[in-house]
Amino acid sequence: MTINRRQFVQGATAAGALATVPSVAMGADTIKFGSILDTSGIFEAYGKPMEKAHILALEEINAAGGLLGRKVEMIPYDTQSNMALYTQYARRMTRRDKVDVVHGGILSASREAIRPSLRKAKTLYFYNTTYEGGVCDRNVFCVGTTPAQQSAILVPEAIKRWGKKIYVLAADYNYGQITTNWIKFYAKKAGGEVIQADYFPLNVSDFGSTIAKIQKAKPDMICAVLVGAAHLSFYRQWAAAGMKKKIPIATTTMSSGNEHKILTPSEGDGIIVCQSFSPQADFPSNKRFLAAWKKRFGHTNDIHEIAASSYDGVRLWAEGVKKAGTLDRMKVIEALESGISYTGPTGKVTIDGKTHHVTHDMHLIEVKNQTLTIAKSYSQIPPSDTQRVCNLEKNPNDTKQYEIKI
Amino acid sequence: MDLAAVVVYEILYTIAFLALISAGLAVVFGMMRVVNLAHGEFVLLGGYAAIVSHNTLGINIFVSMLVVAPLAVAVFGVVAERLIIRFLYGRLINTMLATWGLSLAMIGAFTLIFGPTTTSIKAPIGGFAVGDYSLSGYTVFIIASAIGVVLLIFGVLKYTRAGLIARGAMQSADMANAFGYDTSKVYMVTFAAGSALSGLAGGVLAPLVGIGPTAGLLYIAKAFITVISGGASVVSGLIASSGFFGIVSQAVTFATNSVIGEIGLLVAAVILLRLLPTGISGRFFRDRL
Repeated sequence: MTINRRQFVQGATAAGALATVPSVAMGADTIKFGSILDTSGIFEAYGKPMEKAHILALEEINAAGGLLGRKVEMIPYDTQSNMALYTQYARRMTRRDKVDVVHGGILSASREAIRPSLRKAKTLYFYNTTYEGGVCDRNVFCVGTTPAQQSAILVPEAIKRWGKKIYVLAADYNYGQITTNWIKFYAKKAGGEVIQADYFPLNVSDFGSTIAKIQKAKPDMICAVLVGAAHLSFYRQWAAAGMKKKIPIATTTMSSGNEHKILTPSEGDGIIVCQSFSPQADFPSNKRFLAAWKKRFGHTNDIHEIAASSYDGVRLWAEGVKKAGTLDRMKVIEALESGISYTGPTGKVTIDGKTHHVTHDMHLIEVKNQTLTIAKSYSQIPPSDTQRVCNLEKNPNDTKQYEIKI
Repeated sequence: MDLAAVVVYEILYTIAFLALISAGLAVVFGMMRVVNLAHGEFVLLGGYAAIVSHNTLGINIFVSMLVVAPLAVAVFGVVAERLIIRFLYGRLINTMLATWGLSLAMIGAFTLIFGPTTTSIKAPIGGFAVGDYSLSGYTVFIIASAIGVVLLIFGVLKYTRAGLIARGAMQSADMANAFGYDTSKVYMVTFAAGSALSGLAGGVLAPLVGIGPTAGLLYIAKAFITVISGGASVVSGLIASSGFFGIVSQAVTFATNSVIGEIGLLVAAVILLRLLPTGISGRFFRDRL
């Protein structure tokens, strides 16, 4: 078959017309949802499941007829675990794509990189990750767990089980230090005591001398606020030294990167954790979520706490839009502040209007044979750390991240 | 008293750790002057080889660590040497760039194949007690491996004909050529031997530290510091500098904490190289192995 120039031009024009028509039609009435996450690079293990959570939540919303009668279209950006890309992509989302809302950011550094520019561009922002607390900004909603929510449960429970003397091992940056302060606070409140706190840079992987020092101090338990792959060595070396049976471990961090599946059962069993999500939690809204995830992505091995809270974040935003009946930013914020809640993978999650953080259920979890078995559930724990410093009803123009003095 | 024993034990472990991760680099950099920036990834490759061979193929864990890991990395080393490094001998900057690229490519490949998370195998030896303290029995195995590695390098270089030829070729390639030895082959075998040692380190350390695609960064800086501070003599330099840094970093860690311990190691390295720019063996063990 030969094609002469005229036929070619006709064909190309027709194809071009076909290609452009739907996108014009879509562009006119989709709601634009900006998703900004590290889905490659060293934080990929956190970011990939979070992106899946965004996809799942939006597909479900669209399948149920969308929002305000319009479909929601996800515009994903992969920041490649590179903080510099956050500012660049945030600008692109607000200027070129003109998104209606932004969800994402993983490390606190990434959130702080885009928070000011999103506020300036009057684009609503949801940060759905477990973090150190204290962000007070009316344009931002923080749907993740904060340190007080974990420590308030974990520390008294551990003291009740094991004794009063705590030895803290923490990552040497703001999350580790702030969480350690909360552990000290709640230990004191429960009649216990932190006898020693050691901080480790993120690349430390040799804990031999630390393990000897711990034995010298003879604590009743270890509280671990260790972060990342290198720190995981601690659990291995602890088990290899035969310490597992002698001194028990409680931790705030294990399992947000699915660490309990990386450690062998003999290294991980018996460690207690406190978080808002467990794949083993068997209440109906979680079962439904897990089944939907499995149907969409094939397996549920990669879901972690911050993927579940990312899903909650999208759903809460959708509830806010529904209640406001418009996409106008201030109206949506006001609707969300009225105490919107959603019941999903982590149970009932309610937005606290004064702080823009969430009140949600927390679970005391035991690691058992590489699964997270819920030992006890605690209903509706408020973000009490941020509540001490932040009141957006009184100071609506606040934009600070507070360091909470205890 | 018990505590003193524990401190000595931990110091020995740190010395063994440094010696293990640096041995391969000592051969490749110390003898051949090749700055292998992919050294950390070579170590990781050994770790991955051991993990795959034990977890997936079901091979005995000691065989996986001590045989499979070094062999796999040696084979990879030969390929890398033939395809990339042999064209760049004597061109320091070019080898650095090329091996850095190799390192990035390997990190990418690990992520692609094994995923971004850390994998590991369980330590095959349990703990034992010294007085009130319980210690990791696996550490004894690591110390023994390090001693074995050092003795092996020493034995091969000093007492075998192959070692003699290798040393000769490194000192004067032209002369070795004139005697009828194929220096290109000598280089290849030496590089393979260095790679095998890196692989062994990765295999043996896998149960203690865990292996992830970017974990190579943990090894490369310390390995280079150890080898450069050690100086030109492969064996005595390696022993002297691992010993020195092991004692400094662990003593400081016990006295304070691990942050200061890491800083102590780096400060000691800076001072040492300021006082002895050619490394410890450049001053004290000249012309020894």
